[in-house]
Amino acid sequence: MEDHHILNVHELKTYFYTENGIVKAVDGISFQLGEREIVGLVGESGSGKTVTALSVLRLVPRPGRIVSGKVYLEGEDLLAKSEKEMARVRGRKVAIVFQDPSSSLDPLFTVGDQVQEIIMYHEGMPKKEAVERTTELFQRVGIPEPEKRIHMYPHEFSGGMRQRICIARALALSPKILFADEPTTNLDVTIQAQVLDLMRGLHNNLGMSMVIITHDMGIVADMAQRIVVLYAGNVCEAANTHDLFYSPKHPYTEALLEAVPRLDRHKKLGVIKGNIPNLIEPPSGCRFHPRCPYAKEICSQKVPELEKIDGNHYVACHRWRELALVGGA
Amino acid sequence: MEEFVKAQDLVKYYPVYKRGILLKKQTGAVHAVDGVSFSIAKGQTLGLVGESGCGKSTTAKVLLGLERPDAGHAFVDEKEVHETLDDTNDEKVRRFRRGMQMIFQNPYGSLDPRMTVYDIVSEPCVIHQHIPRSEWNEKVYELLRMVGLEEYHAERYPHEFSGGQRQRICIARALASDPKLIVADEPVSSLDVSIRAQILNLIMDLQKEKELTYLYISHDLSSVRQVSHHVAVMYLGKIFEYAKSEELFDKPLNPYTQALISAVPIPDPKTKRERIILAGDVPSPINPPSGCRFHPRCRYATEICKKQEPPLIDALAKDHFVACHHADKFV
Repeated sequence: MEDHHILNVHELKTYFYTENGIVKAVDGISFQLGEREIVGLVGESGSGKTVTALSVLRLVPRPGRIVSGKVYLEGEDLLAKSEKEMARVRGRKVAIVFQDPSSSLDPLFTVGDQVQEIIMYHEGMPKKEAVERTTELFQRVGIPEPEKRIHMYPHEFSGGMRQRICIARALALSPKILFADEPTTNLDVTIQAQVLDLMRGLHNNLGMSMVIITHDMGIVADMAQRIVVLYAGNVCEAANTHDLFYSPKHPYTEALLEAVPRLDRHKKLGVIKGNIPNLIEPPSGCRFHPRCPYAKEICSQKVPELEKIDGNHYVACHRWRELALVGGA
Repeated sequence: MEEFVKAQDLVKYYPVYKRGILLKKQTGAVHAVDGVSFSIAKGQTLGLVGESGCGKSTTAKVLLGLERPDAGHAFVDEKEVHETLDDTNDEKVRRFRRGMQMIFQNPYGSLDPRMTVYDIVSEPCVIHQHIPRSEWNEKVYELLRMVGLEEYHAERYPHEFSGGQRQRICIARALASDPKLIVADEPVSSLDVSIRAQILNLIMDLQKEKELTYLYISHDLSSVRQVSHHVAVMYLGKIFEYAKSEELFDKPLNPYTQALISAVPIPDPKTKRERIILAGDVPSPINPPSGCRFHPRCRYATEICKKQEPPLIDALAKDHFVACHHADKFV
């Protein structure tokens, strides 16, 4: 395995065994995360972004199960670890910040308690020191008057502040990798800008690797060095941010860039016809083919492999060689 | 241009009570809408943007007569909304209501799960009786086709549809009474990116086809720019800036608008812009800050901003209204 990657997810498959059938939420997703790198996982609902993150942390809820694949963290396969060993990975090596800060904080405990608890449990630190550490963390994520704030309850904070607390909690054990699952989706634009600015600062100062999961192309354009585009549980395209925006090779990436209204220009939006497919019976062949304007016969028959174009650019499309797609600029 | 919708100094406060043992005492008021004026020309769209709690939705409710304003007047089609709705002639009230419809944010919550799509879309006809019974079928099918659904969808129930399709049903229902004004409150916020574009295009196409007037409410500046002719920016119950869409986005004159625009990430890695990061959260609308309501977060704030509330004026005489003491600095 290439060891310059801190995280290497290989052919990950996570299925949900529901009463209505098997939902193939993640169906062969591979991506790598380099040291000090920010990778953006982009996709719409049902593309498998969140389940990928939960699978890496082995937190997939029932009836979901990781069916196959490998997740190498610094060369060790996380999927082969025991539950006990996993508990030492979560928080220390990989931490996660969820979308909805109101439901990921316990309303019955002060916010300080919720961060101290982690430090005391994992590092065996006495309470007094843990409190100091928590105060420091709160300061670092930009919560004013941390000495006072650690004694307050989640409902006493605004959405942006709660998300800062969640970030502080994720940072408690200085993890190497931070997963941020739609960290700003519920926040107002100006608060979103604050939180993104905080994350950018943490990345620069602490040298943390990050995986940002979002549906917002604007956020990844701004934050990520590399982008992985997901569609219906598969990787469509993975490339450096610049290449993905200026020379997309997958029709879905192109369509996604055309469909987003932009503040800096005004033109008729490109439309992706149809709806997001049902993952119990996903479309045959390439999963995007029923909505793809370039689809040919082969697309509905054969599943395209994720091919390497050059350097860091990968695409899963039968026709990428023939198509001249338009970039976002 | 003909002003189809006009709001004049609308004010809406919600009282805040403190409950004692026996009595409840009013301790303050949420200044939800505090002197809002705007107008929309026929067949045009006004985009109302602002962060949560700035009073966008309350403004819409007052305009539609769903809330009674504490002061000010709203006119739709040259009729005062609240006077008309107070009329004792039910028929007249109903006819007036027919002309104004709403599309809500959450298409899951705004459709009755026990009604078929046919029942949902034909209900406005049942209520208003504006077309004869024999034409309802044709009307429903025409509306469904118009919003991009098929005739056979009419017999289905809302749970059989995806979010985007449900929003299409909501749009068909809103169009069923042949309205002239449609208030769309965050119509695409809960939809996926690829579906969002479909609905935004649909909204714009319908406007051209039927000469609809829209009040488009959203916190998402990019979609507002996409659909609006004019844009009004709200902050804590006040309009801070109001201008033609391109003018407002290209040359924002209010520091709040500037910050808001700079905070929107642009999906283009080459765009490097000055990012204005506002400190703190939006203050509580119960006791809004004195003077200019934005002054505690504004980087240009001076003494006058704390004391005096800036009026919304046309600083350049170019139909670009701005409420800021220092607007001339940004020209």
